Amino acid sequence: MSDTLPLSILNNRRMEKWLRFQPDRTVKLAVGKVEIGQGVLIALSQIAAEELDVGIDRIDILSGDTADAPDEGSTSSSQSIEVSGRSVRLVSAELRTRVLGRLAQRLNCAPEELSVEDGVFFQDGNPTGHDYWSFSGPEDFAAEIEGAVRPKPPSAYKVVGQPVPRRDLIAKVTGAAFIHDMVRPDMLHARVLRQPSREARLEAFDEAAVRKAAGGTIRIVRVGDFVAFVGDDETVVQRAAVGAPAHARWSGVRVLSPVQQEAAWFRDQPSDDRHIGDPGAPSETGAIVSETYSRPFVAHAALAPSCGLAEYRSGHLSVWSHTQGVYPLRNSISDILGLKREQVTVRHAHGAGCYGHNGADDAALDAAIIAMQIPDHCIRVQWRREEEFGFEPISTAHMTRLRAALDENGRPVDWTAEVWAGPHVQRSVFGGNMLAHEALPNKPPAPKSNDPTEANGGGGTRNGFPLYDFGTKRVIHHLALQTPVRTSSLRGLGALPNVFALECFVDELAERAGVDPVAYRLSLLSDQRARLLIENVAGRCGWASRGPAGTGRGLGLAWSRYKNKAAYACVAVELDVDRDIALRRVWCAADAGLVINPDGARNQLEGGIIHAASMTLKEQVTLDGDGITSLDWDSYPIMRFSEVPEIEAVIIDNPDLPTLGMGECTFGPTAAAIGNAVAHALGVRIRDMPLTRERIAAALVRS
Amino acid sequence: MAIELTVNGRTVAVEVDAATPLLDVLRNHLDLKGSRYGCGLEQCGSCMVLIDGKAVYSCAREIGSVSGGSVTTIEGLGTPDAPHLLQRAFLEEQAGQCGYCLSGIIISAKALLDRNPRPSRTEIVEALDRNLCRCGTHTRIIAAVQKAAAMGAPA
Repeated sequence: MSDTLPLSILNNRRMEKWLRFQPDRTVKLAVGKVEIGQGVLIALSQIAAEELDVGIDRIDILSGDTADAPDEGSTSSSQSIEVSGRSVRLVSAELRTRVLGRLAQRLNCAPEELSVEDGVFFQDGNPTGHDYWSFSGPEDFAAEIEGAVRPKPPSAYKVVGQPVPRRDLIAKVTGAAFIHDMVRPDMLHARVLRQPSREARLEAFDEAAVRKAAGGTIRIVRVGDFVAFVGDDETVVQRAAVGAPAHARWSGVRVLSPVQQEAAWFRDQPSDDRHIGDPGAPSETGAIVSETYSRPFVAHAALAPSCGLAEYRSGHLSVWSHTQGVYPLRNSISDILGLKREQVTVRHAHGAGCYGHNGADDAALDAAIIAMQIPDHCIRVQWRREEEFGFEPISTAHMTRLRAALDENGRPVDWTAEVWAGPHVQRSVFGGNMLAHEALPNKPPAPKSNDPTEANGGGGTRNGFPLYDFGTKRVIHHLALQTPVRTSSLRGLGALPNVFALECFVDELAERAGVDPVAYRLSLLSDQRARLLIENVAGRCGWASRGPAGTGRGLGLAWSRYKNKAAYACVAVELDVDRDIALRRVWCAADAGLVINPDGARNQLEGGIIHAASMTLKEQVTLDGDGITSLDWDSYPIMRFSEVPEIEAVIIDNPDLPTLGMGECTFGPTAAAIGNAVAHALGVRIRDMPLTRERIAAALVRS
Repeated sequence: MAIELTVNGRTVAVEVDAATPLLDVLRNHLDLKGSRYGCGLEQCGSCMVLIDGKAVYSCAREIGSVSGGSVTTIEGLGTPDAPHLLQRAFLEEQAGQCGYCLSGIIISAKALLDRNPRPSRTEIVEALDRNLCRCGTHTRIIAAVQKAAAMGAPA
């Protein structure tokens, strides 16, 4: 365990920000990380229940609330259990120690004589007549959290490590459960006319025609180039929004070209270039091998279009959002609207799985702008399907060129990864713009291209450095200064395209060296945890009896350690290629250190595999002159039930090692395992995602 | 003019334009929020309900066309206190991540099990193929439907 306190505690030192004992014999646990479909709330509840020794059902969790919960930044990058989980563990252990320390004084005994069962205190096994609810007091909450109390050893765990079921699913399978379902007093429905691009000015707008299209009473709110339709009948405002674009004339609209939808477009664009790792130039000694791999722009494609609620009453703005970070969103909204921070409260409400920075924050700002114009009402903005696909920040296209100098045995001694991509993260707190802000009179300047630092795992460079024993290694990152459309974070950032490139290239190098790809990997890898996973998966998938290439049936394998510091995962994929690719089976093994909830963790592994497979095989955002053209599920297809393989995911439990974030660990390995399996099935390599029917046909013609 | 229909076994009359989508009527006029808006294009299945026993999209279905019909939503299957067999099976399998797709998927599964109480895996997949899930919970969802079928089968 690291000596430094987690950021979540450093930023929130007051005990009552985290924990409170409530009169109904429950414990309020407040956290800053939020539920985005990954099951984090039950895992954090388990940690608190474990350290406090209260029943799991007594934990009443509040997550994401700028009035009542700690600031833990954004729920992203597989950090929730690593950072928030560690914080909850330290805070809970400290509170238990404080309360028991005072009880020991009262009873004139040693703290070691005291024990806790479901919140009730015992001395040497005998009831003391005290419990958390009767005995704890303000003095237990007075001092700042020190984070110095040693939590329980994993060998003592009773709740952590158990597959405790999630509590939020009950509502989700029976009725109202989401922000979309909230009903507030004086609620009005709203829709927005989207500005086609940030430079666009609304020259003419025929309000009468839109009112006619609506077929009912609507109010039209205009602030600069921001236009919204508001009314008490959702059907009517929806009709207004659908009809409105035909009655709006814009000038200065940015014109795009389909060329810009391909990753290769970035190669010729102005960029901010960085050289990381070995400072030398790529080696010219020995055999030099180089290949280029790419992934196009892809969408989060949340199943629910974004939704935001806001109400402005008595000088205070309350916002509900399925944002990944309530505090960052509060700061952005208050800055944009010229309100003081304390005038704005943002509360998290559940939405559909987001997989990164989608339209959630933007829909919240839409609602806030309208609420300021129509006070004393709750404004509910529901984005439309084509709005979500057309205007959410998408994940940048990404090209990776790998170059290896090989020794006489065909093993790399010098390695260069060169990456071309737009920004992988442009949240507003990092200088990105929120959508509607660009339509307001105080429109911000175009955001400056930016990407996460290497210390934060990098963006375009994420997993760019191989963990193999390759001699000298360097990454050259060309961060494009401009992108055709707004980009921001999507599950794994550059990890998927970079691991796809790396692990496909390793297979190609193995083939060149005449060595089995698994044996080749193991000969270049000294990380024991990685080796164990590869051997595990190779054993389970029948690697030893893998047939020859080019039969139409393929078996491929790949691994990575997410961010080179989070969870390890190895994935093998068996598939058939005819005109299309049909996934048959997937085997996965992951090592995430101490696992809090093994069932939830497996759910994340399985979900990551299917999500990554969908992206690898099917997904691409398409562009034309007007902007994004993949605006529905026909033009942006994702994997369906009939296309999903059987999945067998296992977790290698390492309870004595620190927990490693695992929500994104299967992403890169799945993409690369599919790439390798397709190459095995066809006897020819496809290096550009998605691996479509057209690319298969083209590859076969080339071969 | 009021449009009459049966929703979850109860006769209701709603005063709306006949072109109003059934989904809007369920959510906003009858306060049944379990049927969800995903696309409005009959592509994703988040809005699915049973009409006269068949699983159909409700997002683009005009209420006028359902007049006199019988609609069942997820709320008509079970409640948190008394969940339907399918809802229980989904909870037991923890067959959800974000859960947004689940009410539509459970409706599709209900229509399947009503006409075929012991479906094969292939038949389950076929019945759910009109429903999208973005989180990748498919394999658990298939297992949950299989479990519900087994739970519902006579011993």
